Amino acid sequence: MNKPIAAVYAGLSQDVPVLSVRGLSVAYDGRETVHDVSFDIGRGEVVALVGESGSGKSTTAQAIIGLLPENGRLTAGRIVLNGEDISVWKGRRLDTIRGTVVSLVPQDPGSSLNPLRTIGSQLTEIWRLHGHRDTAAIRQEAVELLGHVGLSHPELRFGQYPHELSGGMKQRVLIAIALALKPALIIADEPTSALDVTVQKRILDLIDKLRVENGTSVLLVTHDLAVAGDRADRIVVLKGGAIQEADVSSRVLGYPASAYTRQLLADIPSRTHFAPRPAIPRAAAPIIEVRNLVQDFDAAGGPFRAVDDVSFSVLEGTTHALVGESGSGKTTTARAVAGLSKPTRGQVFVNGRDITALRGEPLRQFRREVQLVYQNPFASLDPRQTVGEIIAEPLRNFGRPDRAERHARVLAALEQVQLAPELAERRPAALSGGQRQRVAIARALILSPRLLVLDEAVSALDVTVQAQILRLLDGLQRDLKLTYLFVSHDLSVVRGIADTVTVMQSGKAVETGEVQDVFEHGRAEYTRALIRSIPGGRYLER
Amino acid sequence: MATSLTLKNIVTKLGQGLFVLWAAFTISFVLLQIMPGDAILVRFMDGDMGLTPDAIASIRTFYGADEPFLVQYFQTIMAYLTGNFGNSVISGMPVAQEIMVNLPRTALLAGLGFTGGVTLALIIAVLATLPGFRWIRNLFQAAPALLASVPVFWLGILLIQIFSFRLGLISVIAPGPWERLILPVATLAVPIAAPIAQILLRNIDAFSVQPFAYVARAKGASQRYVLLRHVARNAVLPVLTIAGVTFGELLAGAVVTETVFGLNGLGRLAERSVRNQDAAVLQAVVLIAAFGYVVVNFIVDMLYPLIDPRLRKPQGGNA
Repeated sequence: MNKPIAAVYAGLSQDVPVLSVRGLSVAYDGRETVHDVSFDIGRGEVVALVGESGSGKSTTAQAIIGLLPENGRLTAGRIVLNGEDISVWKGRRLDTIRGTVVSLVPQDPGSSLNPLRTIGSQLTEIWRLHGHRDTAAIRQEAVELLGHVGLSHPELRFGQYPHELSGGMKQRVLIAIALALKPALIIADEPTSALDVTVQKRILDLIDKLRVENGTSVLLVTHDLAVAGDRADRIVVLKGGAIQEADVSSRVLGYPASAYTRQLLADIPSRTHFAPRPAIPRAAAPIIEVRNLVQDFDAAGGPFRAVDDVSFSVLEGTTHALVGESGSGKTTTARAVAGLSKPTRGQVFVNGRDITALRGEPLRQFRREVQLVYQNPFASLDPRQTVGEIIAEPLRNFGRPDRAERHARVLAALEQVQLAPELAERRPAALSGGQRQRVAIARALILSPRLLVLDEAVSALDVTVQAQILRLLDGLQRDLKLTYLFVSHDLSVVRGIADTVTVMQSGKAVETGEVQDVFEHGRAEYTRALIRSIPGGRYLER
Repeated sequence: MATSLTLKNIVTKLGQGLFVLWAAFTISFVLLQIMPGDAILVRFMDGDMGLTPDAIASIRTFYGADEPFLVQYFQTIMAYLTGNFGNSVISGMPVAQEIMVNLPRTALLAGLGFTGGVTLALIIAVLATLPGFRWIRNLFQAAPALLASVPVFWLGILLIQIFSFRLGLISVIAPGPWERLILPVATLAVPIAAPIAQILLRNIDAFSVQPFAYVARAKGASQRYVLLRHVARNAVLPVLTIAGVTFGELLAGAVVTETVFGLNGLGRLAERSVRNQDAAVLQAVVLIAAFGYVVVNFIVDMLYPLIDPRLRKPQGGNA
């Protein structure tokens, strides 16, 4: 669908569009993955390319900036940038427009800066690459720019190395690099997916502000329709390398034309609808009770308090969420509940037993009742084992049933997580991210635990897959009467699945209570900041 | 492993170095002692020398060969601490003097071999990034251990065959002082170059697809610029560790190379001493090898923080 958008946004893009993509097709090793994609970006306009992984959104962005991987090739179409068809340009000529006319804000700030070179040298490089020679002037401009993108002490940052900056600060540096030569178009490829929610909001706000100041156009690549709705003038929805629909944001979100867009909308975490959670039974006993938990670590700069006097309790059969940003102590708290660390002070009761006092065999037996599911389904499964072996592994540590029984229990676990029994023979590499996370859940369930600790278990997944896993967890809880301790940096995910929540900041529990109550009457300033950071405020009711 | 460069660290590293030297000394001392027979027996029991058992006994007393084990051990340590390495039974010369004569020759050979190996590795790595030379990369990917596992003695003989006998490029009989070194250095360099080149190539491939290389390209940098200014230094870092480990190989290589090419040096001295169970010389050679190893790895550890800023001070970036 190529609507004449200029008519809709007459005020913004009367003149030639900054970017006009026409009939773009891209193939990897001869296999076409992007088919006949067309869209325009007007001057000062933000257009979002939305889709799940494998939808071709990143490939499209890479094709526009002329940096497809070695085995990728444009097979058809034109890419017209400022009136020039750059799809036929080669090598050196393309180098002259990268950074000057079109630039990039990458996905993962953690690995997007060279660890061996200072911030200053990597920022000033973009001037030097394009023939600027006045070192003193470049330096002054660079330091000013670092201040302008919201970095404190820009002089200091200039001389620092990437590892001395946080993820949000690094992304600001990368934005400064992208803006340095005032390009006509910035491609922001999932610019915030690796960042904490409140940092996400600040980074997106910054891109917005700078765009308005400089009149730059932005191509925002994201898997999150809520983010696109908040930030973009127009949205292009991609699936399987083809455009599903393209229209102004309010229409795409308010009156989606394609079934796929409606699916994406339903999967936005803050809007995912579950069957209403059963009322918390008054008589239920707390299965977890954390009392005044303190955890200190030895760090290079002296002892460091990761968890500072945290208390909460979780009733049997309910879900308790631990929410906070990286470094808030939520994972450390969860590890203490799973009996994986020895707290400095305080007690953790599970099923009425103080597990901080457990040693040796009782501790081992306790671990059977509590199982963990980790964030990264790519790293947490041994690539050399088959899915069946992975799922059966906990059985080898407890009881060692014979081969036939092991096989039967693996099949039962696969069925519980709604995976086909044939998958037992495959290896993790043959599975998608969502399937892998199901395998991880099956492995956790095989010992029939009463308590699952889910540590960012859905954070690495696309919204659609995320919603599927959340529904699976919800169903399992109802069927098996499981209790969940759900660790997440994303408050929006928590709303649909948790009964109670503890919000953590810098090791302290700033708020704890029932989810609905915390969302509607959150008292702590930090809780309200987290809620404000949930994307989707512009066109979607929360 | 490399850590940050603080005084405490340097002292710890020096302490570890001293421990390694002591351990090398003690282990080799024990091994040499428990071997059946010794150099005195090998040399003087020979019937042709016509020595009486009494004479041999007095020679043994002179060398202190019949003292109890622990007494010998402490006597030798004390002697080493005062710079007295004893006498070679075979040549009768002080060990220190034998070492002083042979060490510079081997140091030259090993130094040239190491430099040559690293240079060769760099040339291979740079060549492999050029469009026309992709086969080099493929070769290293297909048969990574191929060059690394070539036996040194075989390579040496092969080189003599080709360059001296077939092509007549390098004279075997009475070669000049530098001409004489060409083939031995090449023989040493190849097994060093192979693993380093292999790791360099793998690192270049790995770092070329890192997001920071992509970001540099998006700034408008050419592929060549990204390779030289962003990828190269990252790719060289792990090579430093390998370079430290390879040093051990150099000394082993020197033994074989010097024997094959008939050069004098520590390797040849070690070979002669092993053949004759000349314990005093062997003890000194082992200690010198260990000393070289400790020094090289100390230098590597100290260099790391200079190249990698992440090792200079403790991690810490907040907000």
